[in-house]
Amino acid sequence: MTLASAQRSEPGRIAGLVRWARRDPMGAMGLALVLLVVFCGVFGPWITPFDPYKINVPDKFQAPSLVHWMGTDNLGRDIFSRIIVGSRIALSVGMSTIGMALAIGLMLGLAAGYGPRWLDNILMLIFDSIYSFPTVILGLTVATLLGASITTLMLVVVVIQTPAYARLTRTATLTIKSSEYILAIESLGASKLRIILLHLLPNVIGPLLIVASMDIPSVVALEAGLTYLGMGIPPPAASWGRTLQEGYGVIRVAPWIVVAGGIPLIITTLGFTFLGESLRDNLDPKLRRFL
Amino acid sequence: MTDAVLDISNLSVEFNSPGGAVHALRQVNLRVPRGEIVGVVGESGSGKSTLAMAVLGLLAQNATVTSGRIMLGGDDLLKLSPERMQGLRGTRIAMVFQDPMTSLNPVRSIGRQMVDILYRDRGLSHAQKLEKAAAALRRVGIPDAASQLSRYPFQSSGGMRQRIAIAMGLLPRPDLLIADEVTTALDVTLEAQILHLLRELRNDINGSILFISHNLGAIAEICDRVVVLYAGEVVEQGGITDIFDRPQHPYTKALIACDPARIAEASRSLPVIPGDVPDLRRVPTGCIFAPRCAEALDRCRTERPADVAVAEGHLARCHLVRGDAA
Repeated sequence: MTLASAQRSEPGRIAGLVRWARRDPMGAMGLALVLLVVFCGVFGPWITPFDPYKINVPDKFQAPSLVHWMGTDNLGRDIFSRIIVGSRIALSVGMSTIGMALAIGLMLGLAAGYGPRWLDNILMLIFDSIYSFPTVILGLTVATLLGASITTLMLVVVVIQTPAYARLTRTATLTIKSSEYILAIESLGASKLRIILLHLLPNVIGPLLIVASMDIPSVVALEAGLTYLGMGIPPPAASWGRTLQEGYGVIRVAPWIVVAGGIPLIITTLGFTFLGESLRDNLDPKLRRFL
Repeated sequence: MTDAVLDISNLSVEFNSPGGAVHALRQVNLRVPRGEIVGVVGESGSGKSTLAMAVLGLLAQNATVTSGRIMLGGDDLLKLSPERMQGLRGTRIAMVFQDPMTSLNPVRSIGRQMVDILYRDRGLSHAQKLEKAAAALRRVGIPDAASQLSRYPFQSSGGMRQRIAIAMGLLPRPDLLIADEVTTALDVTLEAQILHLLRELRNDINGSILFISHNLGAIAEICDRVVVLYAGEVVEQGGITDIFDRPQHPYTKALIACDPARIAEASRSLPVIPGDVPDLRRVPTGCIFAPRCAEALDRCRTERPADVAVAEGHLARCHLVRGDAA
């Protein structure tokens, strides 16, 4: 009997996925787009039609064609290849930093919201100080002090994003901690740690996931902005921001470069937004559609 | 003296507020004998919930216990460390709350929440805990208990949720269950069912229940003893027949006279107790009820009455009462 159920489980899971995709087409599309970006990020260097760093000046500013799907840039490099390779930077800057900021922000926010008053005051002071810094200025300062590199950029993003998530978490925690079910569970002897992990966290994480998934593209845009100011990722790295920046300068000669830099941003934004909404719906038992 | 599960003596609780200290509970004496249901009745703001929170050790941050003892079995709860107190909650004391729509975590399934409560039982496997949870649900009359465990609170009706909340409270088999207005949010039919259930459970597990309510009907229905709380003081307490048939304190008499369920004929005007609950920041020097009392003497306004024993186990805090003992 166990053998039979084991054999059934694999097709069962695929059928379940298909059922989910039919019921939640937006979520499925989001998942597909995100998987596409992740696939490019992981296998990018092996699947590009051209070497993304190969300079070929005679072929510069070629319009999109069957050979160069997205045209070539001022040094004759194939933009399509550069976009594919750029996924890796976008993912490491976007996803991993947001993931880190989310994890740290959740912890600090829960501590501030549920912990003692003095801890709340100290943490809020720190969050507000960081918050009051203009993002770009902070990025420029750190980049100047530490030198422009991917690590610096990631550090800046984590520092900037963490307070945003922490504050959101704190606010949600404050509302939930005074609700009757938290008091009820306290009266049944739950420890503080149990309350935080089992009762507060699941209640606050839904909206945060949405916000975070929608932040991923804006972080990629921040990377583009800092790169544009010369403080992001140094050349010749093939980041989407660099492509945008280079295209911006030659928008009259070769408008396709800017478009090519924008398309992956749109794909990433839509993918993570749809996926985020679907995740939120599925984390909330009232809206749950599968499982 | 019979064996008491809970014995509160001389308990006073104050809240710090911007307008000065609020004397929420003053010299409260209360005993819950093993296997009995003790009702606490009083108006809103009379300190019913403060009493419950004091017993659980979950008073708000701005509250301080200024005097008294709360004995649970042999332990003085006020002297226990927060860790030991937390260890008692959910093992020897448990509480069920007023509103079943908000007292369950919306994002965890009922089974998970119930299993959570048993987290201290390391000897039990997850399956055994689930079985225990299902048994607890069956005990409160929930059909198809096993499948209920995988459901979420929003999928159940109010009455069902209150049964679940009671099942959760009884899951650790506490010595004392505090039921704070558990029927207030329910309609009359469900109220009757829940009261019936509480009485049955008391007989089943021989636990004690501190039943807090402002509904005299519900109190009369299931309690063995009644404690009448007015503005933070116990003005009268006694056996259920003592209080309902031979009330001594003017407040108790007025309260019973005002119970809508007891008014004989339909009338446009409901009887009321004239006046207002006193401001607990400035407690009157004499009897707490004197400003509203129809029978008050001069002495009532200047001198604080002591508890007078009217009969065995029947106490009234009033100058007008002549006790057997006196």
